[in-house]
Amino acid sequence: MNDTTRKILAPIIAILLVLGFWEWAVWYNDLPNFRMASPSDLIPAFVRYWDLFLIKSWETLWRTVVGLGIAVIVGTLIGMVMGFSRLAREGLYPLLVGFNAIPKATVVPIVALMFVGQHDFNTILIAFMISFFPIAVSVSIGLSTLEPEYRDILRSLGASKFTIFWKIALPKTLPEFFGALKVAVTLAFIGTNLMEIVSPHGRGLGDLFDSGRISADYPLMFAVLLALAFLGILLFYVVVFLEKIFAGWAERGQS
Amino acid sequence: MSDYMIELRDVTHAYKTDAGPLPVLDHLSLQIPENRFCAVVGPSGCGKSTLTRLVSGLMRPNKGEVWLHGQKVTSPRPTVGMAFQNPVLLEWRTILQNIMLPMEIVKSPMSKAQATERAHHLLDLVGLTGFADKRPSELSGGMRQRASLCRSIIHKPDVLILDEPFGALDAFTREDLWCTMHDLREEEPFTCLLITHDLRESVFLADQVIVMSDRPAHAQYVLDVDLPGKRTLDDLYTVQAVKMLATLRHEIQVAQGRATAADAPDPHVPDPHVPDRQVPDPQVPDPAPGQRGDKSTTPGALQ
Repeated sequence: MNDTTRKILAPIIAILLVLGFWEWAVWYNDLPNFRMASPSDLIPAFVRYWDLFLIKSWETLWRTVVGLGIAVIVGTLIGMVMGFSRLAREGLYPLLVGFNAIPKATVVPIVALMFVGQHDFNTILIAFMISFFPIAVSVSIGLSTLEPEYRDILRSLGASKFTIFWKIALPKTLPEFFGALKVAVTLAFIGTNLMEIVSPHGRGLGDLFDSGRISADYPLMFAVLLALAFLGILLFYVVVFLEKIFAGWAERGQS
Repeated sequence: MSDYMIELRDVTHAYKTDAGPLPVLDHLSLQIPENRFCAVVGPSGCGKSTLTRLVSGLMRPNKGEVWLHGQKVTSPRPTVGMAFQNPVLLEWRTILQNIMLPMEIVKSPMSKAQATERAHHLLDLVGLTGFADKRPSELSGGMRQRASLCRSIIHKPDVLILDEPFGALDAFTREDLWCTMHDLREEEPFTCLLITHDLRESVFLADQVIVMSDRPAHAQYVLDVDLPGKRTLDDLYTVQAVKMLATLRHEIQVAQGRATAADAPDPHVPDPHVPDRQVPDPQVPDPAPGQRGDKSTTPGALQ
């Protein structure tokens, strides 16, 4: 078996095994649908609502991606400020940690009231708030731990601060940045769905989940969970792909 | 104006610490003419690295002046090349791209094609032929240091500043790189300021060795290394070299406060009566490798 087939086959087999175990566990324990739907129950749900799944998935996906994008920009900026200035780092850390410690489920109703009716904006805001923290922390650590020799090598040639940042500090921080981005991707999905479920406004997979709950369509609820997992995997691998392009050098060959 | 390539005039410098100012350099003056290779040795923490940062313009002295090529140094200058103990290669670039880094900063009369050709030529010179497209992680420590040397001279600097570049290498790799330095100098002469802890290295590489005193440091002793012609490692095992090493070692001990000038080895003792039993028999200036009992050929005995 060569590398590529192994990389594709191994996860598919793992997924099939888990689904098989799930199916068997429901059948063996003779669980009714409302306690646990089995994978075979989900197929009719997907078939019946496939157009809704497409629309709602897209609503969830784009708002998550926009929220994540803002988290990347703001997180990187905060990380840069904290990475380059010790004063900013010491001043901002407790603030950031405190903000991050607030459960975002409690922020959702506040945001929903503050910007009433602005559903897309609110959802993106929560997705952003929940996912920028790891990015800010990792960028600031990456920049503040840059060895002085790296800076000196360019500074001794008369390079500007921006050149040093662009040619050395930024690329050197990329591995940490992508590590944080992988965490942030899943967090952003949590943020989007929190908004969609806690403050229902008829959009996204969270809404589909809610309608399943209200109409006692339990297989639909489980189907939504599966769709969310699928989107999460999709976005995660987009990040992995970007990481390979921009920070592939950090990966050491296995010896 | 200054007739020297590197000149320090009465430089005094202190670092600010929480416990008050820490004086490092005290009225240090030194002059290095063009194309001279100058090594600076001294006790640990005597301000040798501070010296490199002052000469490169990364720092400005509290008092005194630093001149490079007839111009007063007030900020970093692109006519300087630097290499450190840590080769600091950028892992996301290939070796060739690493070596070309200064060309992206410095305005140079060389075209990109010329510079690339030069980079390949330098790689050949230091023995890294065929490694241009490798990543730093694929190279050994000695090879990385070779690449770092190429990077420090790619832009044809007037002045090369080396801050213990061979300090972290094993003894054999280090000796290899010393010879590489001589090859490079033969190919294109440059003025060099080398900071080192290794007395043999200073004698083998430099035209002039400056011994710094303990902190706050001034130039305590200057030794002119008179070994004409291209040097080989065998030159280190001659009476002449051993005498120089003994003198340097003594001066370091004076700097450390462990000896006084009165204990100095007598330079006027003729060779056959050198009062150091470790000096090789002058009848056999080049002892055969591995000769038993001849401890003078092991580096540890000399340092």
